[in-house]
Amino acid sequence: MSVFWSVVRRDLEIAWAQGGGAGFTVIFFVITVTLFPFGVGPEPGVLARIAPGILWVAALLASMISLDRLFAADLEDGSFDHLLLLPEPLAVIVAAKCLAHWITTSLPLILVAPLLALMVNLEAEAFPVLILSLLIGTPAVTAIGAVGAALTAGIRRAGTLIALIVLPLAIPILIFGVAAVEAARMALDPAPHLMLLAGTGCFALVLGIAAAGAALKLAME
Amino acid sequence: MVRFANPAQFQRLSDMLLPWFAWATVILVPVGLYYALVNSPADYQQGETVRIMYLHVPAAWMALFTYTMMAVASAVSLIWKHPLADVAARAAAPLGAAFTALALITGMLWGEPMWGTWWVWDARLTSVLILFFLYLGYIALWDAIDNPATASRAAAILALVGFVNVPIIKFSVDWWNTLHQPASVLKMGGPAIHPDMLVPLFLMFALFKCYFVTVLLWRMKAELNRAKIRGLEAAVQAAAERREQAA
Amino acid sequence: MAEFFHMGGYALYVWASYGAALLILGLGAFLNWRILKRSSARLEHLRAAAPHRRRRDGHGAE
Repeated sequence: MSVFWSVVRRDLEIAWAQGGGAGFTVIFFVITVTLFPFGVGPEPGVLARIAPGILWVAALLASMISLDRLFAADLEDGSFDHLLLLPEPLAVIVAAKCLAHWITTSLPLILVAPLLALMVNLEAEAFPVLILSLLIGTPAVTAIGAVGAALTAGIRRAGTLIALIVLPLAIPILIFGVAAVEAARMALDPAPHLMLLAGTGCFALVLGIAAAGAALKLAME
Repeated sequence: MVRFANPAQFQRLSDMLLPWFAWATVILVPVGLYYALVNSPADYQQGETVRIMYLHVPAAWMALFTYTMMAVASAVSLIWKHPLADVAARAAAPLGAAFTALALITGMLWGEPMWGTWWVWDARLTSVLILFFLYLGYIALWDAIDNPATASRAAAILALVGFVNVPIIKFSVDWWNTLHQPASVLKMGGPAIHPDMLVPLFLMFALFKCYFVTVLLWRMKAELNRAKIRGLEAAVQAAAERREQAA
Repeated sequence: MAEFFHMGGYALYVWASYGAALLILGLGAFLNWRILKRSSARLEHLRAAAPHRRRRDGHGAE
């Protein structure tokens, strides 16, 4: 377990030292959400109707941003070889890196989400469910993203390829996440959608970490 | 199964099978078209547009079948390292993508006269669209990785991850669809199939199947040719370099 | 005959569908057949140019 946390801490320190990563994700999130009123018009009713979708889609796209760097740096400078020598299974290390990545990219996003929800006129009742759905869903998106990152680890500028691979697989999470927020918005019970989200999310988390580990092993052969 | 591991064996087997499937395809084209376009009734409700179903349903089925075959081949490639499995998977992908595209196009052409709209986000069309993206991602991954061995294994992992997600995607799209559609309308397929319609449907299924096997074997043979060409060209190159050094 | 082409008013949709099928599948078949022919020809050319040695992995001549 301590290896897990040291990897998390190490990745967080690197991200902190490099700076900018989290900021850029948040800015992208904000800009994407801001584009929608320009696209569909500023009428509050229209925006409120599509607010859950706007927020979730923008969050999903923003999560794609720094994915290509998730494993690339460690593979390039040989750190992964050292990590592999540890007795801990590769899955633990992959999970640790995913957690660090989530903390630096998705967590800031979630913190900013209420502010953006105000801008797109999301009903106040839906705010807690919005946060909750993002908290449950974004780790799963990170795990699926890890698969994309691991599969494309050797490729330069793999960003768009990762998006092509990851986004279709992330659609179920998007569907259930938005459904939960919409339910809350219309004063219906979001619990069934949240549970589907959690179930899909757990599956994605397990499958994603396992597949990413397998893909990394072969990237290093 | 192990018998086919030898590419030489594969060449012999495919040379034996190809003429049958190729000729079956050639024969089924006029026969299938005759039954689909001429010798079958128009539908009571859908009129002549039901003839589009004879393309759409087999195409959608082949799209799913091909992806399943790719997933199985990928698993065989990863687990047993069967040398032809990844060749088969890679060869099948563009075929699957073509069938998926055909299913989408015919779906749109069926939708417009039926529901007055070119694209309809019903559960089945939407799921097929997502399947199309899965195909594109798979093909793109193969093309993006230079090292053939790495590409093969990466694509295999992607195929398996995608395959496992297909039921989840289908379920979530169904869920999404029921949330957003009023219960009525948009059930694709219409009334139960008249027995006279089963013959053209079956023939078109058979046609697509034979076509698939034919073109798949062509693609696999071409891929094996390419591998040999690479080897021979490398040998020629090496020989030329040795001669240069000796001179 | 005219009725056949007219397809009960749905001519555009039915014929576009069959046209798309012909185009996609026909083109697919033709292109892949051509690739196979070309690669076989190139392979023959290479084998004729250099004497064919027994491959080290033992697969041998085909």
